[in-house]
Amino acid sequence: MIPELGQTALIVALGLSLLLGSLPLWGAYRQQAHLMSLARPLAAGQFAFAALAFGILIHAFVVMDFSVAYVADNANSLLPVQFRVAAAWGGHEGSLLLWQLMLSGWTLAVALFSRQLPPATVARVLAVLGLISVGILSFTLFTSNPFARLIPSAPDGQDLNPLLQDPGMIFHPPLLYMGYVGFSVAFAFAIAALLEGKLDAAWAKWTRPWTLAAWVFLTLGILLGSFWAYYELGWGGWWFWDAVENASFMPWLVGTALIHSLSVSEKRGSFKNWTVLLAILAFSLSLLGTFLVRSGVLTSVHAFASDPQRGLYILVFLLIVIGGSLALYAWRASQVGLGGRFAAFSRESLLLLNNVFLVVSMGTVLLGTLYPLALDAFGLGKISVGPPYFDAVFAPLMLPLLLLISVGPYVVWKQGSVARAWHELRGVALVSVLLAGGIALSQRTSVGVTTGLLLAFWVLLGSVQHAVQRLRAGSEQRSFAQRWRAVPLAFWGMVVAHIGVGVFVLGVTLVKGLDQVRDASLQVGQSLTLGDYRFDFKTLDKHKGANYLAGRATFEVFHHGRLLATLHPEKRFYVVQRMPMTEAAIDRGLTRDLYVSLGDTAPSGAWGVRVQVKPFMGWVWGGTLLMALGGVLAATDGRYRQRARAAAPEHTPTSVTPTAADLNVAPTTL
Amino acid sequence: MKPRHKRLTLVLLGLSGLGLAAWFVLSAFQQNLVFFFTPTQIQAGEAPAQRSFRVGGMVEAGSHRREADGITHSFVVTDTAQRVRVSYQGLLPDLFQEGKGVVAQGRLQANATGGPLFVADEVLAKHDENYMPPEAAYALEQGKAARQSGPSNPTPADLVPQGARP
Repeated sequence: MIPELGQTALIVALGLSLLLGSLPLWGAYRQQAHLMSLARPLAAGQFAFAALAFGILIHAFVVMDFSVAYVADNANSLLPVQFRVAAAWGGHEGSLLLWQLMLSGWTLAVALFSRQLPPATVARVLAVLGLISVGILSFTLFTSNPFARLIPSAPDGQDLNPLLQDPGMIFHPPLLYMGYVGFSVAFAFAIAALLEGKLDAAWAKWTRPWTLAAWVFLTLGILLGSFWAYYELGWGGWWFWDAVENASFMPWLVGTALIHSLSVSEKRGSFKNWTVLLAILAFSLSLLGTFLVRSGVLTSVHAFASDPQRGLYILVFLLIVIGGSLALYAWRASQVGLGGRFAAFSRESLLLLNNVFLVVSMGTVLLGTLYPLALDAFGLGKISVGPPYFDAVFAPLMLPLLLLISVGPYVVWKQGSVARAWHELRGVALVSVLLAGGIALSQRTSVGVTTGLLLAFWVLLGSVQHAVQRLRAGSEQRSFAQRWRAVPLAFWGMVVAHIGVGVFVLGVTLVKGLDQVRDASLQVGQSLTLGDYRFDFKTLDKHKGANYLAGRATFEVFHHGRLLATLHPEKRFYVVQRMPMTEAAIDRGLTRDLYVSLGDTAPSGAWGVRVQVKPFMGWVWGGTLLMALGGVLAATDGRYRQRARAAAPEHTPTSVTPTAADLNVAPTTL
Repeated sequence: MKPRHKRLTLVLLGLSGLGLAAWFVLSAFQQNLVFFFTPTQIQAGEAPAQRSFRVGGMVEAGSHRREADGITHSFVVTDTAQRVRVSYQGLLPDLFQEGKGVVAQGRLQANATGGPLFVADEVLAKHDENYMPPEAAYALEQGKAARQSGPSNPTPADLVPQGARP
């Protein structure tokens, strides 16, 4: 009975989203206040019913209702309860429902936190979100109903894929979906602006915190996925340029471009057309990602059952959303206008370059991801575009971007000066070259590693110097506390995120350039040396988990004869799915991770063992966390809550004529 | 600078960025595309002799051998019509099993005795019990088609993929 209630809740949610997608839009068009005012209650109602449906699905998993086909396919009575909850999004139907729940959640958030917006704008934005809900909800109900019954009911369920039985499963998908779906808000704002034919600085000010929030979630979601792959897949890789990873990385790249372009639209009123296009692009790529991952075009842990009907539905939905919004863009973009003018060397032009590089690099990822699929679809042969392609294309495109990161903040809006920027940055350049050169000479690093180090130092030092200058400015008149308070959070957001980029680049460079790996076949009691480390294979014990059996090894790791760590890698066998799994053991450190994984056993009783030393691995995660923290700081900047109330003029007058203070310390951006 | 020049500069900058990216893409495509060949194609001499490529199919039952060092493996990949010997040094993925789908990446050894020998530097197996790597499934389909059209070449029953959902 209860699952039928869930299905009913979904139908009611679909009905509410149909109303939400039509009435307020009509009201905004005809200027009828009572129709527009329906948007908020409809958004709340839609969320309530989507949440009810989702809650019922979770309930079915917790009480192990194996008469529901989806539960029987994705859970088992041996599965611990926290994984049964996570199994709710372990398959196609449930993850779609999660997508919808997130969408309803974002819609509700917009409804709640939009008091300062004109009613017509709120009505249009919520209506566009409602229309997206119509698409997702009807997809769920007509092709992928999570509440479909299994007759007769199964005595026990299939288990969740062992790879997914991990805390990562509890957090990674919801965070990633929050990010994916969050770009729908920027998209809805963009479509609303196109419908209205008006896009001003106030629009950018409203859109920015929402976009930043979505970007932070997406960053954390990708980070968690990568972090999870690193320890769970068992072989020490953390980014594979797998099509599914690319599907989440492409919206991230465009989202990064979007938050930079929004800052120009907000501060200078420029890039308006371009910002709208980026917002459409970011959400379209999120949908494309969903299509790629869920349609069964790709086979991986992420792709569930392949069903051509589902793929076709998403494809049609994708065509309507992308085609419709681009057609609207072509029709109305001229009304939105380009916005303010700027010189060839100015903060605007540098941010434009940033956007060009980010979008072009997204394009190369898109090409590498879709090209093999297209060849396959047209029967032109099977190829795979692997990490070598992406490394060869992506890294060179990132070089100019990393150079620009440190330059941008030193150049003022509208009309910058090359000489001025060089004057500010030559110290940073010199120190970076000396540091990277010193390391290259003493450690004999390769050209690639040296370049990476150089850029990382350049980004780090440039950002730190910028922050120090900003805090020092006006030190004659004001106390440090006053100066500290005068610096807006958005500025710290930019600095922290850019430092995060520097830390990340440092980590990637060192872990990719200097990692060491060795495979060997070891008997208990033997040991293996890698670099300065010695790994002793001490014991092997049997171990029994909730739904698996395991062989558990004990390794002691010595560095120059001193015991560093005791590691317990496992080889598990999941009894329900009859699947072996490698559970690696990692000793994490500030400057290196030690990574041990067990392979298979030879008849002689020897174990295949892989040991790895991964220098500065933690810096990859730390850098990404700093980027996300920067996004949080920028999104919570007070001015998005206060000044947005006043209708802002077409051009916000920030330093139209550069003042002495502006030349000394450039204004903030992120 | 006049607005016209400014626009021109920006357009040129944008175009040069695109051009640079296009150049990277084309040169990377030229060097790094990994093509896929079935055992039948390799036996017919269609696979490149110098470049790295992928071969897929099923691990023939009873073909997996381990050298004395414990980490050098040899096995036979078959598409049920033809077979190719593969040698690989390193740890095999968890789901590597005889009679199951597999994809190996590497290159052909020149002048190997006893037919083509594929030296793999990477071996991929499927993610779970139900799915086949798409390339392996494709190779088996092609092999089946080849067997039906060409002279009959009997296949042991244990070679038929179990639970393969191409």
